[in-house]
Amino acid sequence: MIKPSNIEIDREKGNFHYPTSKYAFDAGVGLSEDVVKYISGVKNEQDWILDFRLKAHSIFEKKPMPTHWASRDLENIDFDVIRYYLAQGQQPSRTWDEVPDDIKKTFERLGIPEQERKFLAGVEAQFDSEAAYSRMKEDLEKEGVIFVGSTEGLRDYPEIFKKWFGKVIPTSDNKFSALNSAVFSGGSFIYVPPGVKLAQPLQAYFRINAENFGQFERTLIIADEGSEITYMEGCTAPKFETSTLHSAVVELVALKGAKIQYITVQNWSNNVFNLVTKRAMAEEEAEVRWIDCNIGSRLTMKYPGVILKGRKARGEVLSIALANDGQHQDTGAKMVHAASETTSNVIAKSVSIGQGRSSYRGLVQIPGHLEHCKNNTECDALLINSDSQTDTYPAIAIQGNENSVQHEASVSKVSAEQIFYMQQRGLNQAEAMSLYVNGFVNDLIREFPMEYSVELKRLIDLEMEGSVG
Amino acid sequence: MSTLQIDNLSASVGKEQILNNLNFTLPKGEVHAIMGPNGSGKSTLSKVLAGHPDYQVTGGNASMDGTELLGLNPDEIARLGLFLAFQYPVEVPGVSIANFIRAAIKSRLPEGENIKAVEFYKELYLKMDGLGMDRSFTSRSMNEGFSGGEKKRCEILQMSMLNPKYCILDETDSGLDIDALRVVSEGINQMKNPDRGILVITHYQRLLDYIVPDKVHVMWEGRIVRSGDKTLALELEDKGYDWIKEEVAAA
Ligand SMILES: Nc1ncnc2c1ncn2[C@@H]1O[C@H](COP(=O)(O)OP(=O)(O)OP(=O)(O)O)[C@@H](O)[C@H]1O
Ligand SMILES: [Mg+2]
Repeated sequence: MIKPSNIEIDREKGNFHYPTSKYAFDAGVGLSEDVVKYISGVKNEQDWILDFRLKAHSIFEKKPMPTHWASRDLENIDFDVIRYYLAQGQQPSRTWDEVPDDIKKTFERLGIPEQERKFLAGVEAQFDSEAAYSRMKEDLEKEGVIFVGSTEGLRDYPEIFKKWFGKVIPTSDNKFSALNSAVFSGGSFIYVPPGVKLAQPLQAYFRINAENFGQFERTLIIADEGSEITYMEGCTAPKFETSTLHSAVVELVALKGAKIQYITVQNWSNNVFNLVTKRAMAEEEAEVRWIDCNIGSRLTMKYPGVILKGRKARGEVLSIALANDGQHQDTGAKMVHAASETTSNVIAKSVSIGQGRSSYRGLVQIPGHLEHCKNNTECDALLINSDSQTDTYPAIAIQGNENSVQHEASVSKVSAEQIFYMQQRGLNQAEAMSLYVNGFVNDLIREFPMEYSVELKRLIDLEMEGSVG
Repeated sequence: MSTLQIDNLSASVGKEQILNNLNFTLPKGEVHAIMGPNGSGKSTLSKVLAGHPDYQVTGGNASMDGTELLGLNPDEIARLGLFLAFQYPVEVPGVSIANFIRAAIKSRLPEGENIKAVEFYKELYLKMDGLGMDRSFTSRSMNEGFSGGEKKRCEILQMSMLNPKYCILDETDSGLDIDALRVVSEGINQMKNPDRGILVITHYQRLLDYIVPDKVHVMWEGRIVRSGDKTLALELEDKGYDWIKEEVAAA
């Protein structure tokens, strides 16, 4: 139906060239109703899902770009040259020999295990997480945990997922949530039954295939009453995108007394627009914690949020953003208090390197009829070079004098005396800078699982190498 | 050749000439003291030797065991074996003492070689015990919120962990209470050995009761204007600097 086209997609630095003929399914370039139908058809979806997609597509068409605060750079996205669906079945997209040397070297220096390198570089379509996963899968099944992809989730468990799908983040939330709703594929759908507390974090890795690393993944996690889950996505290795637009939607539902911790570490190549909508709903006494680390990309816009819907619910966002030359990290958090005695905590740290720019955008809402709500917001920015940039836009709407809010923001620079002091101990300038940056984000990095924090430190070293003289 | 050798060193900051034809030799195995009025250039000397970028060397030479220091980066000089205990130690927020010292040691190891954590901590704790530092300090951020005395102890701790060939201690005694002065001096004395030269910059003879110098030098207007044995310090304590200034003016 849609002809494979010869139009070149944007292939800037960091991109692989890939021949589209290797793909079994290809929706071609540009977005239309036909493309949406094609995707739904390939996935063999039920009618209600197709309707959902089509409605989303028409909302996407009508909705303006977020203009009131977003960077003008968004206007540079050309929706007509993007491929909205490509799947190669189980075929790898390239061979190890085709992977550029500098990328191989980066994998090596980050200490990414051999097996993962091949997957990350697209040499293997399936990440083989070996015995660990099959054991875990058995355990999960015994507990009644569902851990599947978005397509399977909606197809095989509609009675569980349909109820919440698109409810925490309505299709019309913003232009990009509408886009995702029209063309989503990949992502994880997870259901944790009441009272089940998962000791091990679930990783996107465990059931990953090329599609999961797609541009428009959709994730929905439902933690039933009193259950607990930690989910991790991404890794510190640079993700070499063949596409320049990544737009995911992640919805979390924490029912009464449930706890969800969602950890993201992403490192995008310089040409990617990373426009992600992440939001959670927390019922009575539930806790949701977003830990988010954003590195790379041309422009990232991401503001994880929690709607504190039940009494005593708790929401937290801990985020680290690293913006290097030519990159803009526009990140933040949204805390919507909708019940009394709810608390929220936001700690955001950004590092701007070279001509990198990071912005913090926060939203805290506590309506006047609520009592004993608390918010704490801390955002700290570190500027490495004299042309690095940062800006902060906190929007705090608090009513009612039974509620309290605390807001602190700081901007710091590394002083010449600090660098001299570290150099006098033997560190060269780049090592001194990395150590300083590591110190700056240290209290947040401690919140990451061990293996991530080690990788993050190495990654900071790599990023800082280019930042000095 | 086993000396820290300074010949006719002149240096300026901005338009201001601070060091003027300074000559000074510190042989390995010896402890020397430099005393001198405020603003005479003592800290400047230590920073110039350490390669601080704010100071321009306008003449002369400085070498360590025959290796020319001037023109090298501060970290190269440090790794060659020059350690400077700062008069005003600098805060490095979020970096624990343990991680800071580890990073410093690691910068001296060949690429790919790693520190053995168990041995590192064993040595670190031993030295902290010796300096009367609580072990819980290892996780405190470098110099952040430290008292004056704690900062100075932390400088000595770093010095003893890094095994330098030459040490310059810039007013390590100021800010120390009487007990701390004894403990820190003890720490410095333990660093004395035939393969190491130590230079202490101080205003007080008191320190030299604990760390007995082989030589005492007086600095004035960017030069060493007088050198002598430890009795010179006692004389200064007694008479102040005016008589030396007068002698210099007369000369
Ligand atoms: N970075 C600088 N910028 C401007 N002036 C400087 C700088 N560093 C040193 N000076 C000046 O050089 C002179 C010598 O200063 P220095 O700190 O070396 O003195 P000192 O002998 O260590 O004094 P003190 O005993 O008070 O520590 C002073 O007049 C000081 O103001
Ligand atoms: Mg001084």
